[in-house]
Amino acid sequence: MSAIAVSGLRKSYGSREVLHGLTFAVDVGEVFALLGPNGAGKTTTVEILEGYRRRDEGDVSVLGEDPGRAGRPFRARIGIVLQSSAVYPHLSVGELVALFAGYYPAPRSAHEVVELVGLREKRDARVRTLSGGQLRRLDLALALVGDPELVFLDEPTTGFDPAARRQAWETIRELRSLGKSILLTTHYMEEAQRLADRVAILRAGEIVGTGSPRELLSGHPSVEIRFRRNGSEVVIATEEPTRVLNELTAEALAAGTELEGLEVHRRTLEDVYLDLTREGAE
Amino acid sequence: MRLFLHELRAQQTLFWRNREAAFFSFLFPILLLLLLGSAYGDTEIEGVRGATYLVVGLIGYGLAATAFASLAITLVVRREQGLLKRVRGTPLPPATYLAAVIASTVVVIALQVTAQVLIGRFVLDADLPEAVGSLAAAVALGAASFAALGLAVTGLVRSAEGSSAVVNAIYLPMAFLSGAFFSTDDMPQLLEWVAAVLPLTHLLDVIRDAYVGGESVSASAGAAAAVAAWGLAGLAVAVRMFRWEPREGMTGA
Repeated sequence: MSAIAVSGLRKSYGSREVLHGLTFAVDVGEVFALLGPNGAGKTTTVEILEGYRRRDEGDVSVLGEDPGRAGRPFRARIGIVLQSSAVYPHLSVGELVALFAGYYPAPRSAHEVVELVGLREKRDARVRTLSGGQLRRLDLALALVGDPELVFLDEPTTGFDPAARRQAWETIRELRSLGKSILLTTHYMEEAQRLADRVAILRAGEIVGTGSPRELLSGHPSVEIRFRRNGSEVVIATEEPTRVLNELTAEALAAGTELEGLEVHRRTLEDVYLDLTREGAE
Repeated sequence: MRLFLHELRAQQTLFWRNREAAFFSFLFPILLLLLLGSAYGDTEIEGVRGATYLVVGLIGYGLAATAFASLAITLVVRREQGLLKRVRGTPLPPATYLAAVIASTVVVIALQVTAQVLIGRFVLDADLPEAVGSLAAAVALGAASFAALGLAVTGLVRSAEGSSAVVNAIYLPMAFLSGAFFSTDDMPQLLEWVAAVLPLTHLLDVIRDAYVGGESVSASAGAAAAVAAWGLAGLAVAVRMFRWEPREGMTGA
C-alpha cells in the first residue's frame, strides 16, 4: 500500500502552471526525497499533500484520504515540518511541546519527544532563547509529538552546521526504523543519498528522474576523470576507470608530460541531479 | 471543551508573559484612568462626577485596546510568522483556536474592568456601578463586537510591521471622538457626525446607562443594536477576509 499516491497533479498560480502533471508514489515505511532547484515546485507539491493548498487537476491520496477534503482525523495522522514558521517565543520548549501534544488524540510523551530531538537540556528554556538549529529541532519535535504515520519534512536541515545535520539524519533514520513514512524535500544531495530509499527529481514542475539513488546513478557512467590538457579541461566519464587511466598515464609518460590537475571522482547523486536539472533548462 | 480549555490556558500564559503587549492592552488603560482621574476627577463632566465619567470612558477604551487592537495585532503577527499556518496543520479545530484566543482576551477584559471599577471607587472616589449585571452584559457585548472587528481588520493588514500602525490609526481617534477621555459636547458638528457612527460611542452609551443610570441593556436598545450591528458587519468581513497563511513572502515555489 502507498502512503502517498499522486497522479497527474497540476497546479497553476494565475495563468502560470507550476506543476505539469506529476505522478509518483511513496510506499509505507519509506523515506522519499523530493529534489529540485528553487522554484521547481517542491513546496507547492508538499503543501498540496499536506492539505494547505488546492490542486487544479489530478488524483492525490495521502494515507488513503484526499488531503483537499480530509479533516481532523487526517491531521492527527500526519506530522508537518514547514519550511519556515515561528512558534510562541514566550513558552518554554517543554510547555510548547506539551501544548501541541494536547491537540492530538494519542500523542507521544512530550518528555520523550524533547529527548528524541536532542533538546533535553533546553526543556525549560524559553523558545526565544534558542539558536536557529535548536528551533529547527523544535519544529521536528512538534511534528512528531502527535505520533504521526507520515511525516513531511520541508528542508529540515537548511542552515544546520555539519554536526547538527548528522544528528538530524540520525533522528530521521530512527523514525524510519519505527515504521514511519517520510516525505522529505532537500537541497542537499548528500542528505538524499544517505537517507532516501527513493527520490524524485523535479525540474520546472516536472519529474525528470525517479528511483532509488542507486538506480539513478546506474544509468550513467560511474566514474569521472578530469585533467587539463593545454590549459583546457578534459572530462571523461567511464565505467572502466582502470583501463582509461592506464591509457592516459601511458600516453603522458611516453610524451614525457604530466596529467595536470588529475582527478578521479566517483559520480554521486549530485552529479546526476545537476545533469537532470540542467538538461534542456537552457 | 477539553481542547478549548487547553488552548485557553496556553493563551493566558502567552498574554501575561508578553510584557509589552500586556502593558499596552491591560495596564495602560488603567494607568490612563489614574492619570486623567487625578487631573480632572473632581470636576463635573456631562452631569456626573469626572471620576465616574472617566471610569466609564476608560472601560470602553480598554475594551477597544484589548478586544480590538491587541487581538488584531497579535493575530496578524502570528499569521505573518507562520504560526497560524502551523496550528492549522494540527488536528486542533480552527474555530476552537480562535474561540480560545478571543476567550482569553475576555478574561483579560474582565480583570481590567474589575480593576478600573475598584480603582475608580477607592482611589478616585468615583461611584460604583448602579447595575452590575447590565454592566457585565454591556462589556460582553462590546468585547464580542470589537473582537469581530479585530478579526475583520486582520484581513486588511498585509504585514506584521504595518499592523500596529493601521490598528492604532483606527482605534485611537475612535477613542477620542467617542468621548472616552473627555466630553464631546463642544466638538465641531462634522466630528459629531463621525462620532455618531462609531461603535465605541454607542458602546459608551450602553455602559454609561448601566453604570450611572442603573438601567438594563434593553433600556439602551438602540445603542446596543448599533454596537451589535458593527459586530455583525465585522464578523461578515472576517469570515471572508481572515487568513491563516502569511500574506507577505508568498512564493510560487
